[in-house]
Amino acid sequence: MAAQEDFLRELQAILSRERLLTEPEERWCYAFDAAAAQPKHLPLAVALPQSTEEVARIMQVATRYRVPVYPRGAGTNLSGGVIPREDGLVISFVEMNKILDLDIANLTATVQPGVVIQELNDAVAPHGLIYPPDPGSVTTATMGGSVAESSGGLRGLKYGVTKDYVMGLEVVLADGTVFHCGGKTVKNVSGYDLVKLFCGSEGTLGIMTAITVRLIPAPEARRSMLAIFDRLEGAARTINGIVAHKVIPATMEIMDNVTIRTVEAYCQAGLPIEAAAVLLLEVDGIPAVVEKEAAIVEQVCRENGGRVQIARDDAERENLWTARRAALPACARLRPTTVLEDATVPRSKIPEMLLALDRIAQKYNVTVATYGHAGDGNLHPTITCDERDGAEMERVHRAVDEIFHTAIELGGTLSGEHGIGVAKQKYMELEFGASGVAVMQRIKQALDPLGILNPGKLVGPLPAKE
Amino acid sequence: MGYLEDLKLVEEEMAKCMKCGNCQAVCPLYKETLREAAVARGKIQLAYAYLRGEILATHSLAEKLLFCLTCMACVANCPSGVRVDAVILAARAAMVREKGLPWLKRVIFQGLKRPWLFDTALKTGRHFQSLALRYRPEIQRCNPRFPIGLELRRVLPPLAKRTLKEEFPEVIRPVKPGARVAFFTGCLENYIYTDIGRAVVNVLLANDVEVVIPRDQHCCGIPTLVHGDIPTAREMAASNLQTFQGYKFDYLVVACATCGEAWKHFYPQLLEGAPQGEAARALAGRTRDINELLMQIDFRQPAAALPLQVTYHDPCHLVRGQGISSDPRQILRAIPGVELVEMKNADRCCGSAGSFSLTNYDMSMQVQARKVAAIRDTGAGTVVTSCPACRMQLEDGLAQAGLAPRVVHVVQVLEQAYAGQEVGSGRREVG
Repeated sequence: MAAQEDFLRELQAILSRERLLTEPEERWCYAFDAAAAQPKHLPLAVALPQSTEEVARIMQVATRYRVPVYPRGAGTNLSGGVIPREDGLVISFVEMNKILDLDIANLTATVQPGVVIQELNDAVAPHGLIYPPDPGSVTTATMGGSVAESSGGLRGLKYGVTKDYVMGLEVVLADGTVFHCGGKTVKNVSGYDLVKLFCGSEGTLGIMTAITVRLIPAPEARRSMLAIFDRLEGAARTINGIVAHKVIPATMEIMDNVTIRTVEAYCQAGLPIEAAAVLLLEVDGIPAVVEKEAAIVEQVCRENGGRVQIARDDAERENLWTARRAALPACARLRPTTVLEDATVPRSKIPEMLLALDRIAQKYNVTVATYGHAGDGNLHPTITCDERDGAEMERVHRAVDEIFHTAIELGGTLSGEHGIGVAKQKYMELEFGASGVAVMQRIKQALDPLGILNPGKLVGPLPAKE
Repeated sequence: MGYLEDLKLVEEEMAKCMKCGNCQAVCPLYKETLREAAVARGKIQLAYAYLRGEILATHSLAEKLLFCLTCMACVANCPSGVRVDAVILAARAAMVREKGLPWLKRVIFQGLKRPWLFDTALKTGRHFQSLALRYRPEIQRCNPRFPIGLELRRVLPPLAKRTLKEEFPEVIRPVKPGARVAFFTGCLENYIYTDIGRAVVNVLLANDVEVVIPRDQHCCGIPTLVHGDIPTAREMAASNLQTFQGYKFDYLVVACATCGEAWKHFYPQLLEGAPQGEAARALAGRTRDINELLMQIDFRQPAAALPLQVTYHDPCHLVRGQGISSDPRQILRAIPGVELVEMKNADRCCGSAGSFSLTNYDMSMQVQARKVAAIRDTGAGTVVTSCPACRMQLEDGLAQAGLAPRVVHVVQVLEQAYAGQEVGSGRREVG
């Protein structure tokens, strides 16, 4: 107890009273993130540093007192990655929210971790550039959080995920050491690829205090289409058919029948409720290419029995997107708790995965609405339930178990874009085997021997190594 | 018994919160503070923890729950449709039931609910206000001379020399009356912005509508409700309702967004299960915001042109509280010569939130500064809105930013257009 007080006193000397939150009411608000049905644990305090130097000093103190730290951005994480697991210090990066450098000549931006993704996009838009990763939480999620989770978004098929855009990092290690890796050059093969190692490391290896990302020219034109299918097979053949015709759409979203019915009940978007699936497609790029690719996409949809609507202008595009945008709100309003998963399979296995999800829903008597990024195999089976109903949650957990087992059996992965956190930690061996997990644990122990960086996440709890 | 009497009744709203954090994108207070306790999901979790007995009714908890503009931006942006406003109000009320009101609020609310006391105090106040307020003729507004619970830099309108009720008889008849409305003036339009009240009367007369201003009406009571004093709010609702039940009219009209919400939503909730419950519901159905009423009666379009560039600010309790945003714009666009330039985020809170601007003036002004910047960007010389409380806040912000505090209600623009005169921001008789 006395040690705890000393620890907090030292932190206060670094941060001032305003940026070290210790009231229970304040701490309560940092005991959760956006992941459903996870236990809460109150942190000892919440630190809000404003500079790399402050972060380094916080880590030195945390190391000395061996207090776990839980780095946090906007707290929009869906895998419980920022929830404290034991008495520790939450470090919130929302006050490190400066865009440090916009380098138009090199097409890079360097930002502090608390910059909201949308703010970066707003800053680069006047230069005709975009930062492509666009997770659903783009208007709230921070750059630090999205790099730590390597989050994705709707444009993953063509543009990839966050780790494909991170070029350089400034990292504070567990003991307070600051180092840099990567940089602004397109080509950089020097040494181990530490940038990739820290991307998606979920705060378990180090804390990113500056991030350099790649920007790309904004596409000049885009065209959206909605295709309605009476049979799932038609939608599945379309997904693979389009790629087989050498077209990579920016967006290729699917909604299954349960989602369609839910959306229609919620906002009457005009979808036929007996439809088996709906695809929302968007191609973008140079106008002539868009024209050509849109024609191919339309043709493939029709050949496979799709009824196609094409948006001729921005207003019509908005209309087509209404149904997809409504998918999460519509599901969220069915029941109090919404469990949103992101098991991902190779694109060719999408039909098998959809059928399996149907079977799992029936087997465990749970409601699963599935929608998501069909083009990159990243589906979002969304289970609507009530966290307060123990028996129901038991069935939900078993259904989730089977969803992940199925994804791995189909050659997929546990997470397309939400990360492992605590929610999926127990499945890690399924994907990596005991030896794969052991490799990760050795990396973790090498960089964080005392186990104070976001302990319990991703690789699970590990003993401290002196 | 409604949720204002029982926090448990909004438990489903709290359980529905996915904690997704989408509220961060729109919450004006989160934007300024970046603190989880300032944004809806934080407050929902606190209220839920309080309901489950996991945290106590501390002073700090009360402060967190009071730190909300109740602008409902989060409600409009919530994927799960959580009624955050209901949860916040219910939790505040539950805490007041458990711990009681702080003494200062108790004293103020006791005064507020006694119409004669409140009325006498304000009428006396207008004779002595120059002792406390320094009048600035260049903007026809005042600054406090002493920190009497008000920041010295704050720019305020003075109390009117004559109240609206003193200015008009109880019944004002046009030559050939069509409809008949009862006008609930609210405090600001009776004691301070009588120019808005006058415009309501004149515009309705110009549309052959007879106007009744019931003498015994008083404060709508919402200030007591938002601070969790439900018994007082109910008493005031019942008393106002009883007053208006004594008159015959087609519609009850208001020109204040908060008063409108009081009659439309809060009175039926407060009086649910009480003998007056049914009457409250019936009157809620006949309550109209002045913008709404003018559109409904197909108001007479002014013939003379009124060359004026304006921008419109949406009051939270009109746009989200009552879903009214196109009516005022249609009215403005119908006036020949009026050019409406939309500001960025016109429906973002101005930061007033009633007494929030008294208790959290710095924060209120930080929120306000973004509104002033948006107004400045339009280049419009006149700001039009539909709520006297927003007007007071906007005048303060504009004056402190060195801009002309020309803020008027929609109905004042229409009044001026009917009169074929130049519009003036409270140039006559206010102050």
